[in-house]
Amino acid sequence: MQKFNQLTGVAAPFPLRNVDTDMIIPKQFLKTIKRTGLGKALFFEMRYDQAGNELADFVLNKPAYRNAEILIAGENFGCGSSREHAPWALLDFGFRCVIAPDFADIFYNNCFQNGILAIKLPQEQVDKLMDDASRGANATVTVDLETQEIRGPDGGVIRFEIDPFRKHCLLNGLDNIGLTLEKEKAIKDFEARDASARPWA
Amino acid sequence: MAKTLYDKIFDDHVVDRQADGTCLLYIDRHLVHEVTSPQAFEGLRMSGRKVRAPEKTLAVVDHNVPTTDRTKGIADEDSRIQVETLAANARDFGVEYFHERDKRQGIVHVVGPEQGFTLPGTTIVCGDSHTSTHGAFGALAHGIGTSEVEHVLATQTLVQKKAKNMRVTVDGKLPPHVTSKDIILAIIGEIGTAGGTGSVIEYAGQAIRDLSMEGRMTVCNMSIEGGARAGMIAPDEKTYAFIKGRPKAPKGQAWDMALKYWETLYTDEGAHFDHEVRLDAAKLPPIVSWGTSPEDVVSIAGVVPNPAEVSDENKRASMVRALDYMGLTPGTKMTDIPLDVVWIGSCTNGRMEDLREVARIVEGKSISDRLAYAMIVPGSGLVKEQAEAEGLDKIFTAAGFEWREPGCSMCLGMNPDQLKPGQRCASTSNRNFEGRQGYKGRTHLVSPAMAAVAAITGHFVDIRNWQA
Repeated sequence: MQKFNQLTGVAAPFPLRNVDTDMIIPKQFLKTIKRTGLGKALFFEMRYDQAGNELADFVLNKPAYRNAEILIAGENFGCGSSREHAPWALLDFGFRCVIAPDFADIFYNNCFQNGILAIKLPQEQVDKLMDDASRGANATVTVDLETQEIRGPDGGVIRFEIDPFRKHCLLNGLDNIGLTLEKEKAIKDFEARDASARPWA
Repeated sequence: MAKTLYDKIFDDHVVDRQADGTCLLYIDRHLVHEVTSPQAFEGLRMSGRKVRAPEKTLAVVDHNVPTTDRTKGIADEDSRIQVETLAANARDFGVEYFHERDKRQGIVHVVGPEQGFTLPGTTIVCGDSHTSTHGAFGALAHGIGTSEVEHVLATQTLVQKKAKNMRVTVDGKLPPHVTSKDIILAIIGEIGTAGGTGSVIEYAGQAIRDLSMEGRMTVCNMSIEGGARAGMIAPDEKTYAFIKGRPKAPKGQAWDMALKYWETLYTDEGAHFDHEVRLDAAKLPPIVSWGTSPEDVVSIAGVVPNPAEVSDENKRASMVRALDYMGLTPGTKMTDIPLDVVWIGSCTNGRMEDLREVARIVEGKSISDRLAYAMIVPGSGLVKEQAEAEGLDKIFTAAGFEWREPGCSMCLGMNPDQLKPGQRCASTSNRNFEGRQGYKGRTHLVSPAMAAVAAITGHFVDIRNWQA
């Protein structure tokens, strides 16, 4: 997994609430057996017409946001299906950070599995960043995971909270499986105890 | 200390607990399907890892199998490759696999309980958000992403923090024609689609206890539509009766031992819940969704809501967008909305109880001429076999329904079963998201009974007043 330390990039405003993972990447792109190359499918039904042409007024099709790396989103972002194709598509497009008032649980977790920093902030702070992001390519935002700070284009600083373990894994690009396998003895012990306590399970 | 049902199952599966509360949780059962697993198996291959406990893993194809005759193979190349990939992965890693012509094949959340793979007090995961279904048996069951699928395959554990405890109590008795589907749609309407975020929901109360296991599965299935990864119901005699004798259920002495443990699985008197919600079953109407989020629900006796009456700017904007997408005008009576398609099936409502209810209503009648088609997709091959043994397929086809092979089908339209742009569908599935059942398709979520009467009349009907 790619490390996340500090990111300075263009923030794209995406204020819709309850954006579901079907909207982030629709079903036809779930037939892949790979996790790469999904950026072109991101927000597919909003981004293209039926003939596959870009819709000019969709935010990510505007020149200012084509290289956006930070997404400022509405409440309950990523609800619905557990498809990890959603963070894969965001990542492949170039997003390394999503900021929203709250996220659906499975999507939130999937982001951290892929080196994407998902930040929860109070609505009024998201509104402020949404405003900043609406200024286009000038809206460069810096996200610093180490200090847990977001620095806006006008010099304002917003502090954010994050689970220490998630922070540690992201800062160091740690793979969860590797970490868990270090606890092999604990797993074996559990299995041994369980074999007598719950032989039916 | 008094514990909730969730507390008990969680605590009994902790392998390791870090100082910050991050736990390693042991996973008893892992269900695998073709869409969210190929990258996980690929990850195992690349790192030279094995499946730690193949005997605790069960694989089945469901999402993109066609529901038409499968003996000639799968026409869509990408779907075929995905199905073949699961078959190869199951073979290479020694995992039991139900292929598309096996009569035990079906939607993963129908198959688990059917096989007795789903048991009370177990932890169950699957790379699918509707894994919450299995909570109906008093299991801790939830959806995971593909990275976590790989993690569970490799380690049989999951990194988890304890969620909050939430209880939804549904008191009293349901009125006639109001079903488990209406209960869960009403709950989601009440708490909102993020109301259960960060929580595990326990469903309790007389109306929940009165539900069959099928009905309980319908309720737990849609927990995720209320934001909760897991929903659960304490096991009871109905649970044990459902499980006993199933192929993978414990037998003999193991059964007795299991039962002794299962009988301890209930929320203790005085246990703490972070959030409590109560509903009165007697007041529930049949419910229909009007918008593009499962929280967008209204009584069948109601009308399409008016955004002008909503003060919150963000909520108003999403309502305007939803009504535009759905092609609906505020104030329209729900019973005046005409339909193009009726679809019955899914992990929410594709089991025997659902099909029997539909058959009871449509027997001797015909579907409306205004429908392009009406389709029934059984949840599994065993459901299909049982329905045919009871002659239900004859009732359906005589009424004009298409009777299909089992799978997820139009619930998400990964296979050829999809709505065309603008088509309006009464669906017994779980999501009315934009494009979910087909590009620009319009989905209204309803119970099987409501879908059945809608198929006959070609529009929504208040089933409480319906006389055939």
